[in-house]
Amino acid sequence: MNKSRNIGDRTLPRQQRNWDGRAAANFICGGAGGGLLLATALASGRGADLRPLLVVALALVGIGLLAVWLEIGRPWRALNVYLNAATSWMTREAMIAPLLFASGAVAILFNWPAAFWVAGLLGLVYVYCQACMLHANKGIPAWRHASCIGVVVTTDMVEGAGLLCVAALVWPGLVFFGILLAALLAVRWLAWRKYLASLRNAGVPTATSQVLNALDVRFVWLGHAAPAALGLVGGLAGLPLLAMLAGILAAAAGGWFKYTLVCRAAFTQGFALPRTPSRGQSKAGLGVQPGWNRVRPI
Amino acid sequence: MSTRFAMAIDLRRCVGCQTCTAACKSANATPPGVQWRRVLDIEDGRFPDVSRTFLPVACMHCANPPCMHVCPTTATKQREDGLVTIDYDLCIGCSNCIMACPYDARSIEHTPHYAYGEPMQSETARFDPDRLSVATKCTFCKDRLDLAAVTGQTPGVDPEVTPACVNSCISGAMHFGDVNDPDSNISMLLGGTQHFRMHEELGTDPSVYYIWDGAKNGADA
Repeated sequence: MNKSRNIGDRTLPRQQRNWDGRAAANFICGGAGGGLLLATALASGRGADLRPLLVVALALVGIGLLAVWLEIGRPWRALNVYLNAATSWMTREAMIAPLLFASGAVAILFNWPAAFWVAGLLGLVYVYCQACMLHANKGIPAWRHASCIGVVVTTDMVEGAGLLCVAALVWPGLVFFGILLAALLAVRWLAWRKYLASLRNAGVPTATSQVLNALDVRFVWLGHAAPAALGLVGGLAGLPLLAMLAGILAAAAGGWFKYTLVCRAAFTQGFALPRTPSRGQSKAGLGVQPGWNRVRPI
Repeated sequence: MSTRFAMAIDLRRCVGCQTCTAACKSANATPPGVQWRRVLDIEDGRFPDVSRTFLPVACMHCANPPCMHVCPTTATKQREDGLVTIDYDLCIGCSNCIMACPYDARSIEHTPHYAYGEPMQSETARFDPDRLSVATKCTFCKDRLDLAAVTGQTPGVDPEVTPACVNSCISGAMHFGDVNDPDSNISMLLGGTQHFRMHEELGTDPSVYYIWDGAKNGADA
């Protein structure tokens, strides 16, 4: 039995392995696609024919769903995913997806402004469902805090705005959205700080802290400061190249953050003893929580 | 009040022999690498002030099970008696329940595994293809509990209708019964001891109690 199959050592929080890069791809591509749908709806009133962006957005959502379909154990039963709308965010995400594709298809085929907005708002709902799906997982301390929803949704919005800025190379009129990107990055920075603070307050496995702390500095500078500066200058000066660079940086940093969140920072809860038992002559002792830097007493 | 089956594990008595682990494996034919029940060995402190605790863990059959809430297929259900079950025919193997469970109680195996590579006769006989690529976990030996309804026996008292791990425990550390019945063996045991439930702060309302000391007034159960 190799080490990865040795389950007797599961006292410590362990990095989850059940959702791998394919699941992360659903959050990365689906989130970016949903964000791009909303960003495209916002930009659709500026006169340009942005329907190719809708195609890109729907393709991203589709790639994410395909990736997760390839991950599930029984893919030919996939339609069972629709059976628990009452409580499951995965079901709700799956229910939004066909509506999103239908409204996107109508917008592409008929170029109706209302369809752009319906697709955009459904994109927002879609990414909200994805964020809530993470939040509902009580077994992963890095995900279960409410602030996780905020940082994931704002990341998806940033990615959407970032991809819109990339498109400024083709549609120069979109360069103005570099300013929107900078504003969204400021909001995401606040959400990121709040997320880290909530994890510190509530406590997480030390391994999760190490992963997120290692990400923090690079994420702030490369994922926030640099693209915000580029987007702001590009938007104000009307320089599509700068806006494109800002968009690429913002989208890549968002994807890297979500990969880290889903695959690298996702350590399980582990186990805790609020009190160690009395045995023979020895008295009961203080609590133990291996792999954490705090013990919650009885 | 309806029945709620629960387990009480006396940590003062557990010696970490893993007999419950083996009994579970034997009763449920789980493949290598999958243990619905296991006993963790927790060491703490620095010499000479050290402690060692054996902690049997499995599905806690929570009254508010996060695994059931996230399941997109309704494969994970909760019975009237509190047992949390999995319908292998509905499960799509999405692993969402594994992420939701704070007790690391669930497993998914996508390919068959055998103890020595090639299946032995006993492994072939008990291999269940329905359990591949779906979530699996401790069932509290629900078939035995269901038998109690037929025979009129009492789970936790009569071995035939008691989970295999509880029957096997050599030190009398594991107890089982209806925690809603004030006269049950488990209710009386819990009434006379100090105990906790794992990760109660998460609001899962688990059905496994860990006894760590006698009653506060000094009387021991």
